[in-house]
Amino acid sequence: MTASVETLSSSPTQVKALTSAGGVEAWHVESDVVPLIAVSFIFEGGSAHDPADKPGVAQMLARLLDEGAGAYDSDAFQERLAARAIELSFNAGNDALGGSLKTLVKHADEAFELLRLALAEPRFDQDAIERVRAQTIAGLKYQQNDPGVMATRRFFEEGFAGHPYGRPTSGTPESVAAITRDDLVAMHRAIIARGRVKVAVVGAIGADNLSALLDKVFGSLPEAKPLSRIEPASLQKLGSQIVVDIDVPQSVIRFGMNGIAWRDPGFIPAYVLNHILGGGAFTSRLFQEVREKRGLAYSVGTSLVSYRSAAMTWGYTATKNERVVEALDVIAGEMAKLTSEGPSDEELQKAKDYLIGSYALGFDTSTKIAHTLAQIAFEGLGIDYIARRNALVGAVTQADIRGAAERIFGGGQMLTVIAGRPTGV
Amino acid sequence: MDTASKPLLRADAASFGRTEGSGPNLSAFTLDNGLDVVVIPDHRVPVVTHMVWYRNGSADDPIGQSGIAHFLEHLMFKGTEKHPAGEFSKVVSGLGGQENAFTSFDYTAYFQRVAREHLKTMMEFEADRMTNLLLEESVIAPERDVVLEERRMRVETDPSAQLSEAMAASLFVHHPYGIPIIGWMHEIETLNRDHALDYYRRFYTPENGILVVAGDVTEDEVRRLADATYGRIAPRGKRPVRVRPREPEPVAARHITVADPKVEQPTMQRLYLVPSCRTATQRDCYSLELLAEVIGGGPTSYLYRKLVMERGIAVNAGAWYMSSSMEDTRFCVYAVPAEGVSLPALEEAVDQVLKTIPAEALDADSIERAKTRLVAETIYSTDSQSSLARIYGSALAIGETIEDVRRWPVEIETVLKDDLASAAERYLIPRRSVTGYLQKSAS
Repeated sequence: MTASVETLSSSPTQVKALTSAGGVEAWHVESDVVPLIAVSFIFEGGSAHDPADKPGVAQMLARLLDEGAGAYDSDAFQERLAARAIELSFNAGNDALGGSLKTLVKHADEAFELLRLALAEPRFDQDAIERVRAQTIAGLKYQQNDPGVMATRRFFEEGFAGHPYGRPTSGTPESVAAITRDDLVAMHRAIIARGRVKVAVVGAIGADNLSALLDKVFGSLPEAKPLSRIEPASLQKLGSQIVVDIDVPQSVIRFGMNGIAWRDPGFIPAYVLNHILGGGAFTSRLFQEVREKRGLAYSVGTSLVSYRSAAMTWGYTATKNERVVEALDVIAGEMAKLTSEGPSDEELQKAKDYLIGSYALGFDTSTKIAHTLAQIAFEGLGIDYIARRNALVGAVTQADIRGAAERIFGGGQMLTVIAGRPTGV
Repeated sequence: MDTASKPLLRADAASFGRTEGSGPNLSAFTLDNGLDVVVIPDHRVPVVTHMVWYRNGSADDPIGQSGIAHFLEHLMFKGTEKHPAGEFSKVVSGLGGQENAFTSFDYTAYFQRVAREHLKTMMEFEADRMTNLLLEESVIAPERDVVLEERRMRVETDPSAQLSEAMAASLFVHHPYGIPIIGWMHEIETLNRDHALDYYRRFYTPENGILVVAGDVTEDEVRRLADATYGRIAPRGKRPVRVRPREPEPVAARHITVADPKVEQPTMQRLYLVPSCRTATQRDCYSLELLAEVIGGGPTSYLYRKLVMERGIAVNAGAWYMSSSMEDTRFCVYAVPAEGVSLPALEEAVDQVLKTIPAEALDADSIERAKTRLVAETIYSTDSQSSLARIYGSALAIGETIEDVRRWPVEIETVLKDDLASAAERYLIPRRSVTGYLQKSAS
């Protein structure tokens, strides 16, 4: 079935660009069906800007923003959130520090005030720092010998060796132990600033009320200063196969190759190509060949990763140690076949139909909509992107797919990391 | 094709707040062949969530065939006479839909999310595989391998998952809740086509199913489409019987340890055998739900404040209660020790804190805060058609009523301090418990 013209041209949600009296910009979807407000925000600057010898600062900063701010120590701050069931959380990745806020409409003023305090006036009390440090180290140790975590960590170490993206975003037990209050204060000053944040708000709040709240929260933040430059990078060690030894009956496999960034005009064809190879549906080639036909694995797939300064395509699977070689052969074979022969016209059409038809499924809750909008704003794709996106997918041709395959699989080589005790590797 | 090995902890813990304006205007009816239907309109986007729930889960697995409910869930994607293996998935995908399935202790469910105009197509396919599953011998072995890989991924490579399995096996001395949903490795290896077909014929019937449609639909439309699809399936006469043994009154406090060289961060957990929303008398399930939130729900909870904030003996601590369960269920208390603190020392501290619950933990502010959070969750859940479909589907699948779900916030609001103290005193006692340590072994 082919997607209808209506689906191609209609937007899954009605977004308005809003600029507050104080000049804060946000994307806004007003909907009063459910009495809640969901906010998503993303500040440019993240783990890639950690001090080179102290990975983990940005993530520790994200964990500390709700551990005491303004007049409230950690416990008092958490009690104010809990007493009104306000949900506030922060996270940090390579390029950004983001967060989300969810509140019942009746507590909106308090919720935005607590968000303002967390962003503008975090206290970084020493006892809170020590508690978060201990929690972070415990979390790192808890995962230290998990084969999936080990494979991923090694994959980044090798693939982005010498680059900030090659460092562990959560740090190591040693680096987290060395982080000081000054490190956190400096990172806070560098990232949490006006002009560096993208904001999306969805829910039962009108533009005027929202405008005032945005001014309060984001309007008083200091002006942004330039961040340290992150050099462009591409995945290294293509053609290498690395084994991380751990005594488990099943090996976890990560494999990667070149990618195409979301901002790149070639992204959409690459996205369609990825869907055909190893995207989320049960119909992908890898799902069919690795799982359905051969029972090699429970999970297998690929995805496109876009960072500010790098892009890659990477894949995952896990199979018992005795079948690792077979699984790798099947995966390599499918990629070679897709590169040399391309998808059939029907396969391409089905992939486009899926991607077009399923786009609206990502817009069925306020939280999801806010998150997606903030991401699109952060990538600089424009407020009309959600209305344009399905037409972009619909326009992808076989020639586009060939071009994307050439850029991604070009040399036919991958970086492969295997954590386990694979036999015959 | 998931194992919901840890069912959503508060899958039942939701309804919508009457005081907060409109909740779902849902309706329910039963087809002539006995299939129950629930319709939950949400007209914000032109999308529907279509789910079919069956009132059978891993706790209904025949003895010696642990994992058969979950294995069959995988095999349900392997085609019928009319629609060969993979066709349903191809159609869902070609329509821009998403699909999956999951198995829990008490139920198995299948779902698709599609644009509203494709609802009938989903119903046709789902009704078809309710009775016409065709299991070619050739699909059995590869899919069994998939499940074995799933178990290796979730359990065999993860000592904390092994501890969870061992604790459940110890807590439930008689009831099948002590057997993992995915099954024991050695029994999965022996599951075959006959096991699967026997199980399928016994449980996959209209009387045993619940259809839940949430999203941009009306009751009339769902009724018409359901009659034209599911309605054509012949009834079997009655719902299959679920034979569930009752746990005896526990008498032994149990301690178990999983020691593995991969463990770098020790943890401890305690499980207590407690009534579920189905077995509780005197509203104990509401008291236990609120008690878990007061003593163990997040950074303002009693356990966290005492063990993490005040004493610094733990880096994390909390509690949860799995109320959504047909028979007696688990109440969990957990803690992660601070650097240099031994698990026995931590356990002693946990016990000291638990003893002081009636006297110290139940101040009016803490109770009010916990109530606010639980009731707000029910309002937040109305933002998601998928969440609502799961809440109502799982409740009906374990024998609760729609009214039970609707009444939940009111029941929570009316729990008293004395109810909490009484629940703690009666249920959080050693002989009802299993304590588990996860620690590093020498080699």
